[in-house]
Amino acid sequence: MPGTHKGEVVGYGYVPDGFTTPLPAAQAARQGPVEAVRRIDLTVREGEILGFLGPNGAGKTTTLRMLTTLLAPTGGAATVAGCDLTTDPAGVRRACGYVAQSGGADPNIGVREELVTQGRLYRLTKDQAAVRAEELARDLGFADLLDRKVGALSGGRRRRLDIAMALTHGPKVLFLDEPTTGLDPGSRADLWDLIRRLRDAHGTTVFLTTHYLDEADALADRLVIVDKGVVVAEGTPGALKLRHGGSLDTTLQDTFLAITGRGPAPADATPVSV
Amino acid sequence: MLLQDTALIYGRYLRQSLRSRFALLFGVLMPLLYLLFFGPLLTGLPLGGSGSSWQVLVPGLLLQLGLFGASYSGFTIIIEKSQGVVERMRVTPVRRLALLLGRVLRDATVFVFQAVLLVPAAVATGLRAPLGGILIGFVFVALLTVSLGSLSYAAAMKVDTSQEFGPLINAMTMPSMLLSGLMLPMTLAPAWLDALSHLMPFRYLVDAVRDAYVGSYTTVHMLYGVLVAVGLAVLAVTVGTRVFRTAGA
Repeated sequence: MPGTHKGEVVGYGYVPDGFTTPLPAAQAARQGPVEAVRRIDLTVREGEILGFLGPNGAGKTTTLRMLTTLLAPTGGAATVAGCDLTTDPAGVRRACGYVAQSGGADPNIGVREELVTQGRLYRLTKDQAAVRAEELARDLGFADLLDRKVGALSGGRRRRLDIAMALTHGPKVLFLDEPTTGLDPGSRADLWDLIRRLRDAHGTTVFLTTHYLDEADALADRLVIVDKGVVVAEGTPGALKLRHGGSLDTTLQDTFLAITGRGPAPADATPVSV
Repeated sequence: MLLQDTALIYGRYLRQSLRSRFALLFGVLMPLLYLLFFGPLLTGLPLGGSGSSWQVLVPGLLLQLGLFGASYSGFTIIIEKSQGVVERMRVTPVRRLALLLGRVLRDATVFVFQAVLLVPAAVATGLRAPLGGILIGFVFVALLTVSLGSLSYAAAMKVDTSQEFGPLINAMTMPSMLLSGLMLPMTLAPAWLDALSHLMPFRYLVDAVRDAYVGSYTTVHMLYGVLVAVGLAVLAVTVGTRVFRTAGA
């Protein structure tokens, strides 16, 4: 068993079957020994939509950032789309796309330019990138906005652009960090359809973190619930409801409460229709 | 691969700079004011060296342009961090060195451009210097910008808000300027100050450019200046690339 020292906990992982098997480990944050992620072992199957659910501070974003090579884990092992995270980060980068919670497009630059630059960052030629930009804009429904500045896009469209940018190179795995936070109910429903379509049409594996239980319930094939840096439950929404809530009719909210002992997010997490 | 990546990043940031003509020209303002309102004060003074007071002042002004301009370039990265742009780029296969080099090369282009604007103004106020010397001056401005820009980006990647960043940079640029002899040559200084200024890398740069401005291209000053300028640039770019590779902010 790995030991602990100075607040850094080395995670421990194993490689089971399944095409995509990310296994993040621990890292200590800069300001003193805060363990964002303690020990997380998990497996994601190819083509599945995995919901990573947990309260604030559970370590969801940190896990995502480790899996996308943005943050170096202090221990453990992970394989993303067949590439080892520590020995082949370049391979991981080529195989995955990442949409951060606040997106990543520069508001002062034009939509088309951002998309083309993104394509070229993924090593497409100038022409390929230009074609791909048009293609993505069409598929994701913002073709009419290609000549606008990114900052001019509304919430839902902006999120579609962020997703388009993450899909530029046709990644096998798409990591989404709280993709519908802050969006109106219509945009949320649209985005759910889009995510489902991506998986159905291209077989893209989707790994999404969320606070929204309705989103987890609607989208995820399987859920992994984390709390305080460790996995506390995992399974299909139905299985979790049965196991922890007593019946299939339990709401995911009650199931979640039963597992973690408290709610998933502060009061503003659930969208309210006016 | 590295060349293409750098060219891509350079192109993106250069386009951004070209969009704001005001920002492009604003940097020339401070050195221009010194040129117009401080320069004339020096014309009668014995400043040492073999050239006119303009050949002593203008090299200092050009390096001052690079010093103050490039030290603050990190601010743009702080903004980009908050917009998620830096992370978004780091997830792609783009080379980390290219992320830094593209940006500092853009800065070098902008500051050399401003230096090129400043020199004719200096000629108008009384500067006479050999063309070779002037070109060498531009090269030093470029190297200084690459060094300070890289360090500025590295510091900005580590810092979380611009409120922390501003004071940090402020605390370093003014003393650097004073201790390097950018305004007036350190040959005028008492021994203790002159000795202190030898610890400042910029001292060697300004001495080299002052020599170039009087046509002395093969002096010891020039040798030291080149060594320090290139050495500082290599060190700074190495540090900067490391930060882009490992930053977990």
